[in-house]
Amino acid sequence: MTSPPNGAAAGPIIETVDLVRDFKRTRAVDHLSVAVAAGESVGYIGANGAGKSTTIKMLTGILQPTSGLVRTCGLDPMRRRVDVARRTGVVFGQRSQLWWDLPLHESFTILAAIHRLEPGQARARIERLVDQLEMGPQLAAPVRSLSLGQRMRAEIAAALLHEPELLILDEPTIGLDVLSKQRLREFLLEERRERGTTLLLTTHDMGDIERLCGRVLVIDEGRLAFDGTLAGLARTVGARRVLVIDLAEPTGELSDIPHTAVLAVEGDGLRQRLAFDASETTAAAVLAAVSARAQVRDLAIEEPDIEDVVRRIYAASGRG
Amino acid sequence: MADRLASWRAARPTAGGLADRLRPYRVILAARARAQLQYRASFVTDILGTVGVGLTEFAEVWIIFHNVELLGGLDFTAALLVFALSNIGFSLADMLVGHLDTLPTYIRMGQVDAFYVRPLPLLTQFMTSDISLRRVGRFAVAVVALVVALTTADVRWSAAKVVLIAVTIVSGTAIFSALFTAAGGLQFFFVDGAEFTNSMTYGGSYAAQQSQRVFPDPLRVLWTFVIPTAFVAYLPTLAILDLPGDRLAPVWLAWCSPVAALAAWLAAALCWRAGTRHYQGAGG
Repeated sequence: MTSPPNGAAAGPIIETVDLVRDFKRTRAVDHLSVAVAAGESVGYIGANGAGKSTTIKMLTGILQPTSGLVRTCGLDPMRRRVDVARRTGVVFGQRSQLWWDLPLHESFTILAAIHRLEPGQARARIERLVDQLEMGPQLAAPVRSLSLGQRMRAEIAAALLHEPELLILDEPTIGLDVLSKQRLREFLLEERRERGTTLLLTTHDMGDIERLCGRVLVIDEGRLAFDGTLAGLARTVGARRVLVIDLAEPTGELSDIPHTAVLAVEGDGLRQRLAFDASETTAAAVLAAVSARAQVRDLAIEEPDIEDVVRRIYAASGRG
Repeated sequence: MADRLASWRAARPTAGGLADRLRPYRVILAARARAQLQYRASFVTDILGTVGVGLTEFAEVWIIFHNVELLGGLDFTAALLVFALSNIGFSLADMLVGHLDTLPTYIRMGQVDAFYVRPLPLLTQFMTSDISLRRVGRFAVAVVALVVALTTADVRWSAAKVVLIAVTIVSGTAIFSALFTAAGGLQFFFVDGAEFTNSMTYGGSYAAQQSQRVFPDPLRVLWTFVIPTAFVAYLPTLAILDLPGDRLAPVWLAWCSPVAALAAWLAAALCWRAGTRHYQGAGG
């Protein structure tokens, strides 16, 4: 009300300084200091229970910090929860903000009224989102009858109705099939291109980070373990690609291929999984080395897995 | 606190902005009502069910007075008036905010988080998150009982008594709403506290239906000054029927129901505030 509409433009849109949150026996967030500038797209990753959801709850005014500072859109989310809610959109992946027993379009109408959107403007925005997210056929269906993918698209549309400056997504692609993930990511890219919405998302899916995020924050036991680009993250932890090779005949463990490590040998050596660091060798070189040893029937390359990346960060910092 | 007062002041609607301010709630409630009316057969069954509840409560009064002339200084007509006023207040409150006692379900479903990320006060969001139209059945039984009681009783009508009845209905609804709200706030502390809070809401409703004189003094003090359900029906009935009061229930106290409602709401607001603070403190 008293703050200028673009009060955040001057400072970061998300800021935490020495943010701490204790629960009864554990410290969920431990002196977290992070700043996200308006327009950034940030992936917030970590193991289950690392403190991601707790951070998001403090950013949105749901949880009171134990100590430290938190600012969302330049505001204290505990004291200015309503103003923060006006300027942010939040989707909790496992929890719905829609009215499950009403037709989908009613949820949009209600949320438009809650955000006091002018009816004409609301209609145009709903139409645009429904069109972009291809939800037309589902508008008349009750929310409870939507598939997971349809519901997630609806949740995101609902969070974007009031054109927030900041969109916070907690596990938006969890449980979605490949096609649904793809469509969701494309939509988010388009939304960001058009409106420059700041994005903070938590995910277990490396694909989300690769497609959507220019910056990655890794949290481990409540502490910031990494802050940088995805490439930087892969470099730091040496996230490895994995070459899966099917051989024509059972072969002994391919333990002496340069710059690789054997992860697994299956079917008496018919299938072997070799991990390598992209900065040390290439898939082609590994393949050539293997071919010199045995006849290769088929192969596949696996990209670094987010769990693996996180595990490696933990290992690097001396934890399990 | 000063901060909160300032934000209330800022939020106070101007004459023109009130409809605008209430619009979100109107839209939600209309949608809730539509959802309930969508399935005619089940809605009708539900209403018959709440009519049944109202009639069962009435049967209790009827059976008692089938066996005794007077109970706690009230005859059947007076008892019927107490029954009617308390049931009108309770059923209206139950219809409007009775769902606050389903709060534990909301908490477990994480629905509470969704309320936090909407730009509206939490309490008004909870209060308007549902409306139980089916409870109109119990309300209807109570209204019929009120009409019967007022026409069969020997009421010396005056303008003041008409005002008193209206004030009583409004205050009674407010008092029971406050009980539901306080119960909701307390359930932030005890997620499985429904048994305890039910004793406040449904217990309060039961107490409101009785002549206060059937209770021992400590309970009468409780129902008058702590959980003020005596104001909902018993005290106004004394005033409407010109019955003598006693030292714990002077007849003039009937006019104080708005004060009791206000006090109940203050307590309810404190419970609510403490509850939401606790939720934010303890996590979900």
